[in-house]
Amino acid sequence: MALTNRSVAIDRSPMTFVESLYLPSIFKGMGITFSHIFKKKPTINYPEQTRPFSPVFRGLHVLNRDEEGRENCTACGLCAVACPAEAITMEAAERLPGEENLYREEKYAAKYEINMLRCIFCGLCEEACPKDAIYLSETFAPANFARKGFIYGKDDLLIPNKNTEPEAYAKAKGLNQ
Amino acid sequence: MIVLAFDFALFLEKLILIAVVIFGSLGVALYTTFAERKVAAILQDRRGPNRAGPFGLLQPFADGLKLVFKEEIIPNTSNKTLFIMGPGLAMTAALMTSAVLPWGNKVELFDRTIALQIADVNIGMLYVFAVVSMGVYGIMIGGWASNNKFSLMAALRGASQAISYELAMGLSLIALVMVTGSLSLKTIVEQQMLPGHLWNIAYQPLGFLLFLVCAFAECNRTPFDLPEAENELNFGYHQEYSSMKLGFYLFAEYVNMFISSAIMATIYFGGYDIPFLDESKISPNIAAILGIGALMTKIIIFIFVFMWVRWTIPRFRYDQLMNLGWKKMVPLALANMLLTGAIILWLQGK
Amino acid sequence: MGTTQLLFWLLSALSIFSAMMVLISKNPVHSVLWLVLVFFTISGHYILLNAQFLFIVNLIVYAGAIMVLFLFVIMLMNLNKDAEPQKSIWMKLAGAISGGSLLLIFVSVVRSASEMQSKQALLKTGNIGLIDQLGKTLFSEYVIPFEISSVLFLSAMVGAVAIGKKH
Repeated sequence: MALTNRSVAIDRSPMTFVESLYLPSIFKGMGITFSHIFKKKPTINYPEQTRPFSPVFRGLHVLNRDEEGRENCTACGLCAVACPAEAITMEAAERLPGEENLYREEKYAAKYEINMLRCIFCGLCEEACPKDAIYLSETFAPANFARKGFIYGKDDLLIPNKNTEPEAYAKAKGLNQ
Repeated sequence: MIVLAFDFALFLEKLILIAVVIFGSLGVALYTTFAERKVAAILQDRRGPNRAGPFGLLQPFADGLKLVFKEEIIPNTSNKTLFIMGPGLAMTAALMTSAVLPWGNKVELFDRTIALQIADVNIGMLYVFAVVSMGVYGIMIGGWASNNKFSLMAALRGASQAISYELAMGLSLIALVMVTGSLSLKTIVEQQMLPGHLWNIAYQPLGFLLFLVCAFAECNRTPFDLPEAENELNFGYHQEYSSMKLGFYLFAEYVNMFISSAIMATIYFGGYDIPFLDESKISPNIAAILGIGALMTKIIIFIFVFMWVRWTIPRFRYDQLMNLGWKKMVPLALANMLLTGAIILWLQGK
Repeated sequence: MGTTQLLFWLLSALSIFSAMMVLISKNPVHSVLWLVLVFFTISGHYILLNAQFLFIVNLIVYAGAIMVLFLFVIMLMNLNKDAEPQKSIWMKLAGAISGGSLLLIFVSVVRSASEMQSKQALLKTGNIGLIDQLGKTLFSEYVIPFEISSVLFLSAMVGAVAIGKKH
């Protein structure tokens, strides 16, 4: 019984003399490969060119700042709870007087670590965050020689301050490219 | 009494010529490995190596350096002398053929007329044939000395394949010799350069086709690369080899490819002859340089054909290989020989 | 002593040495490879005799084809010391005596041959080994022996096919 209409009966009759010289089919095949010389190459030269990601791509994490350059994160721990891979750990600390320009709320994350070897880039932390503090960007984690290098601390994750270091901010946003 | 009396200038001239030809062959082979990867990539809609140097042009040197610096492993159970001899033999046999090939016409330098051919022997074609038949020793000795079942199988396959296809190759060459009436490669090229005389491919199309197929088989190129069949024999006869010994085997294949392309260009496609150009009208030095360029162009086209076929056709099965060799190629070559002889006799009788 | 003679002595010494190595080598594969070297040195002698065609045909047929087949068969057989057949001392003695007497006969024949006496080997002269000369001689003077030997080869081939067909 034919399952699809594409099935073709195999011809098992012995080869004719011309066929047994293999030459006609060889020339046919060579024609096919030759036509591929003129085809467009789908390869992207990676470090120079990058593939355009879709806006919903979930890449490396970013800890966000608000308009005045203050950290959004309050170390509530909802992201760590939401994380199915248990990749996020944090330590909270209280904001001292005089640090109002650094942290938006009274509590902030003194330590914030994501283990990129555990992370599955599901984006649940982004959804769980009530303060818009964590985002998944459109880059991915670069290779590293040691496992230690894959534990990203706050200095790796935090986006540069828009007001005090505009160049680094622009670079992180990919604006000057 | 002079012990070793010879023309010292001639000796020097030949020595330089030998050095140029050998290093030229090696250089071409070096870049053929690069071209192979590039051609494969282009035929498969890829880009190929493009990182080492501009357009990846330094890639062959990177590969060579890698091979040189790899650890050299000689298996304990192998036959050490023969194990070391194998790659050397393969390389020597590959390079020896170039001695009788005419690379160009004469050049005039320092009041001397220098023929761009190492040795113009009157049995040039047979010499090529003899050296080709020696080439299989490298594979057989290396494969046997490795003391490994896969290598031995590959060596035996290589030997039987070489013997089978040498026969058809010899027969197709005999038909060509009937047409040319000479075994000297220089004479064959000069005949093809004569006005009103076409290239030998016009007189021997079937012979050329047979020779081409046999050249593929003798070079162990796909579809005849059974001695190094990766999927059934792991890596074939050079499975136990590492470092530059492996490099020699891989390299010998490319040198063989270059030399057999040169032979085909010489005996069937006019050698250093430039079509529609009377070389005697321009100065000999310019003619020689143009001639070398023409020969190199023909060789490059043949090398491309070698690669094009490799990246098109899968490998033959062993029984298909033997059937093709003995039941198709040999009878066709015999028929070609008889037909050529009959036509020559008929033309002479007229 | 010119270059040619120097080469002659070199080649002769090498060919006798490698011929002895063929006999002495314990390993049959080594024996075959030494035999290949013997063929190469003998071909070198052909070159010295200005017989280029014989040189190259010797290489193609013996070193290139027959020795490859020898090597092929020997590699397929599992030859090692345990499997080596042990011959009795009497067999060895009989072999040595018969072989030695054959050698004596050969030497005496060569010594007494009147044609060979007071003749020197031709070096770099003569053109009988060149391909056109050899072809003319073979197909005019020796045409009947040539044809008979070719018929002999044909019958050998037919015989081989007939034996192979039986199974």
